[in-house]
Amino acid sequence: MRFTTTFLVALRALRRNTMRSMLTALGIIIGIGAVITTVSMGNGAKARIEAQVAALGRNIITVYPGNFTSGGMRGGYGSASTLTAEDADAIAAEVADIEGVSPEVDTRSQVLANGLNWNTRIYGESADYPYIKSWRIAAGSMFGEQDVKSLAKVAVVGKTVVDQLFPNEDPVGQTLRIRNLPFRIVGVLDVKGFSSYGSDQDDVVIIPYTSHMRRVSRTTSVGKILIEGSSPEKLEVVKERITDLLTQRHKGREPDFTVRTQEEIAAAATETSKTMTLLLGGIALVSLVVGGIGVMNIMLVSVTERTREIGIRLAIGAHGRDVLLQFLIEAILLSVLGGVLGILLGIGASEFASAYFGLPTLVSPASVILAVAVSTVIGIFFGFYPARKAAELDPIEALRYE
Amino acid sequence: MAPVVQIQNIHKVYDSGEVPVHAVRGVSLDIQKGEFVALMGASGSGKSTLMNLLGCLDRPTKGVYKLDGIDVAQLDKNELADLRNQKLGFVFQGFNLLARTTALENVELPMLYGRHRRVSGSAIRERAMHCLDMVGLTDRADHFPNQLSGGQQQRVAIARGLVNEPQVLLADEPTGNLDSRTSIEVMGVFQQLNDLGITIVMVTHELDIARYCKRNLILRDGVVVRDEPTEFRLNAAEERLKMGEAEVAAKLTAAPFA
Repeated sequence: MRFTTTFLVALRALRRNTMRSMLTALGIIIGIGAVITTVSMGNGAKARIEAQVAALGRNIITVYPGNFTSGGMRGGYGSASTLTAEDADAIAAEVADIEGVSPEVDTRSQVLANGLNWNTRIYGESADYPYIKSWRIAAGSMFGEQDVKSLAKVAVVGKTVVDQLFPNEDPVGQTLRIRNLPFRIVGVLDVKGFSSYGSDQDDVVIIPYTSHMRRVSRTTSVGKILIEGSSPEKLEVVKERITDLLTQRHKGREPDFTVRTQEEIAAAATETSKTMTLLLGGIALVSLVVGGIGVMNIMLVSVTERTREIGIRLAIGAHGRDVLLQFLIEAILLSVLGGVLGILLGIGASEFASAYFGLPTLVSPASVILAVAVSTVIGIFFGFYPARKAAELDPIEALRYE
Repeated sequence: MAPVVQIQNIHKVYDSGEVPVHAVRGVSLDIQKGEFVALMGASGSGKSTLMNLLGCLDRPTKGVYKLDGIDVAQLDKNELADLRNQKLGFVFQGFNLLARTTALENVELPMLYGRHRRVSGSAIRERAMHCLDMVGLTDRADHFPNQLSGGQQQRVAIARGLVNEPQVLLADEPTGNLDSRTSIEVMGVFQQLNDLGITIVMVTHELDIARYCKRNLILRDGVVVRDEPTEFRLNAAEERLKMGEAEVAAKLTAAPFA
């Protein structure tokens, strides 16, 4: 028997029991639909997180100091004071394909202005900082390189600090006292909101790192160095160059720094949503298996119910293989039909979720292809046993079956 | 000419139960081309077993069965299936048509399994229509079995049995589920086909049905106890005429009371 004929015979058999075929396929429809929906929701969440991370700065490389070890007690990353402002200068001077460098020092301190006071974070940065962080200045301007060189007492403040110290007042041009030193406010940062870790990113005061190191924190080392690469493609190369340069500069010491790219940080951030997707996808997969067992169940019922038909086919010359193929194709057709409808359902549900609940969704072609593949495999896997049972029937017994 | 069916000292023993059942104990039989044989016997006489053996659905425990010169014992399961497909036509007591499948598609069924034959769909359709024509059902080609009477269903089954031009048409109690009038109708179809030279072997337990055949075989306890040409052979066309006359007569006599 030719394959096309077998295919037609199987199709005809399914059409004879439209209602039952639909109900059987329903298990697969729901399973595949659930898989598509959860995966697309996971993808959407991932894309949103990636967008958020990209908004923090596109091509940022961060150098952290090494860990501090004293008498066998080991501190964590960044606990040692091994990075210096000179390291940052060297990177800016010697490494190609970078657009900006900012050594960062930070401390918490009470700040006073206007007869009010507020405890906030004081960052020491270079003039490149807003550019590296893609952070716009809302009013006034960023301090310049000259201010950094001259250890100028100038500051740029975040929105929260403005709200606390200068309610209903324009802060630009006003004076802010940090550890009793007057700093002139030259700019106000744009509102950035809360970070993904829940801290208020607008609760900051930024001053030149030179001023910070000499006048405020009185330190000789920097907390970390932020570097903006020129393009995402060159990020790895730039990272290597920085590593080489710092290895050379820090010769004779144990590796006392770590270089990380934004991508690695983004990867860590997307890990959570990936785990959720996996979990939900796993549950959806279980429902798919249940759907597959439904197909097997119905195919077994179908084989029993059609024992006589099988007997007739075998008696008039069908090989066991023909019968096997017929029932296998029926099972696969059911599963694939369920798969296709499930994909439509999944896409529909994803659209619905984004339209009515504002959940970001992204139907990926890969998940659609996977769904079709999985439903076919389910058809073959769960259809094989009933089909083989049909093929191995004895024609005499089958014809006598009531 | 060599006989179409050649059976020499055939035995069949069923081993499945505690005691082996010796269903057929040494039957020898030759059936020539163009014969019309009735196989009779009480239940348990072994006639169904013999029919299964003749139909290549089962293999003999002992003995030789040659169908159209081919020794069945040498064939494997698939070769037997092909042999059934090419050399035999089956007609069953319960018609055994596929439900929710048109008469024409039912007739086409054996051709779907035929190897290397009639590959084009139109050729298959044409041949199936021709066979429906032989049993006088061309106008019912698109009907489903549940839309046909018992006699019509059995005629569709006969057309299905003929479609691959078999050497032998095997019929297992073909009139068992039919009333007497329809039985005669079906026997008429068999007689017409036999007149065209088709060999028919039929199992029946009804003596008057056997009288439409040309040769009667009686089985008892797994052996052939009688094998002779039919005495007073009936002709289906004449019998139907007689039946019609009898009905008219019955109506005439009944008229005054109506």
